[in-house]
Amino acid sequence: MKTKTLLVSLVGWLLALIWILPFVGVFMTAIRPLDELLKGWWNFSTFRPTLNNFVGAWNHPTASLSKGMLNSLMVAVPATFLPLFLATMAGYGLSRYRFKLRTPLLALIVVALALPQQTIAVPIFQMMNALNLVDTYLGLIIVHTAWGIPWITFFMRNFFTTIPKSMEEAARIDGASDITIFFKVAFPLAMPAVGSAFALQFTWVWSDFFLALILVYSPNKLLATQRIPLMRGVYHVDWGLLSSAAIMVMVVPISVYLLLQRYYIKGMIGWSLK
Amino acid sequence: MKARTKYVAFFLLPAFTLIAVFVVYPVARTVTLSFFNESGKFVGFANYVRVLSSREIINVEGFRRGFPLGALVHNLLWIAIHLPVTLSLGLLLAVLLKNVRGGSIIKSIIFLGMVMPMIVGGVMINFIFDRNLGIFNAFIKLFGVQPKTWTAHPDTALLSLISGSVWLWTGFSTVLYSAGLETIPKDLYEAAQLDGASPFKIFTKITVPMLRPITIVVITMTLLWELKVFDIVYVATMGGPGGASNVLALQMYLYAFRAMDFNRSAVVAVLMTVSTLLVSLPLLRTLKEDQT
Repeated sequence: MKTKTLLVSLVGWLLALIWILPFVGVFMTAIRPLDELLKGWWNFSTFRPTLNNFVGAWNHPTASLSKGMLNSLMVAVPATFLPLFLATMAGYGLSRYRFKLRTPLLALIVVALALPQQTIAVPIFQMMNALNLVDTYLGLIIVHTAWGIPWITFFMRNFFTTIPKSMEEAARIDGASDITIFFKVAFPLAMPAVGSAFALQFTWVWSDFFLALILVYSPNKLLATQRIPLMRGVYHVDWGLLSSAAIMVMVVPISVYLLLQRYYIKGMIGWSLK
Repeated sequence: MKARTKYVAFFLLPAFTLIAVFVVYPVARTVTLSFFNESGKFVGFANYVRVLSSREIINVEGFRRGFPLGALVHNLLWIAIHLPVTLSLGLLLAVLLKNVRGGSIIKSIIFLGMVMPMIVGGVMINFIFDRNLGIFNAFIKLFGVQPKTWTAHPDTALLSLISGSVWLWTGFSTVLYSAGLETIPKDLYEAAQLDGASPFKIFTKITVPMLRPITIVVITMTLLWELKVFDIVYVATMGGPGGASNVLALQMYLYAFRAMDFNRSAVVAVLMTVSTLLVSLPLLRTLKEDQT
């Protein structure tokens, strides 16, 4: 029995090693000079780590990542908090009131969950064009907000249906209006669920590429994810530069994941399970 | 009654107005676009016929000559390979790691692929399969296979992307199945063990049936990913070489924003939408049960 557990553990860790190898490779490629890489990043006959690649990507002449990360932040922060707030309200409304349109609206948000972004791409581009919002962050923030609302609403509704109404009823007896009850009682109670929705929505907006691709095109406005494909060299792939850029772009969502791991997984499971 | 309507409106109106304007209306407009031609004349299913018979979507010749087989076929291939592999791998890992010391750390590592931006995921796939730097080539060199950049060859580009996608996506099924295993009551296993059931029998008669609801979710979400896949293809191969790794989402983008043919792009978008809606029907059904 003991040897069997040991064997299973060994297999598990071996798999983890295989899974993480590409990350190790990208990291090694980012911190080593080009001439060392030619022998393979796994070759350590010489090892002179350097931060040059990071500096190069951060201050890249045509695809500067410092600017890109700042731009991404300017989109991701409002495009996280706005849908979070509106969808928590909607989720609360759907869980606490019975009315004729309730089931159709619920069905609508579930259908919206499955939609591919390609379905809205052309009309969204035309609408934003008509509103003079193409190539602006406002346009992109609006689309991310509208796109994020269905799943957050669904997630929050499911959360609210699981918490008892007794506290809200107590407040109602004290004469509080429904709106006061939402802000003073329900919203604070929902903080764990809001935390999950925050972690996922922020990660997804930060990681988005397609919506940014069709709506933002000025070189100085490009978001971090849009600069990654531009980091490749013209004649050959500059792996050092590309690797350090990739690391910097993924460090943000991965930090969110590591810091809010419990909420992150809860969001992933809760949202897809019920 | 009046006051209640007021509150319902207060809570729901802002969110659903945004959904109506920026989700529902665009979907309707895309569906309309797919039935009209460039000059705004209704053409019925003509666009559909044109798109479905085009080489980019279904390449009949490819079935004799090899890749490209067309974006639609590539998506189907993606499903045929990626779905069973990630599903069984995820289940296997979840069961295996349940009893491993530090199993949750291993799960976190495997889940990293789900957390990073998929545009980075695509770069990583290129990196794994690169001729000089790729760990895949370093590995197969041990068996005497000639190294090459696997994503750059027509006959291996799509398969490289699909295997890269397995690497990225298995974390999802592993984490969901792990959560599902937690919900199975321990006394079920104990009773089965007392009755002398073999581990294999316990797995097929208890674990797998009890995981059915999770399996539905995992299959649904995985299918949605396989139908919508875009970023990793865009950055890793741009659908190339010569369309050999093209997928529907990318073809829609190319029609719309490269060829400026909104009508044909709308057809591809509608095809994608119909298939994703069909796939998500089981989720809608769970909603119905939820209503009672």
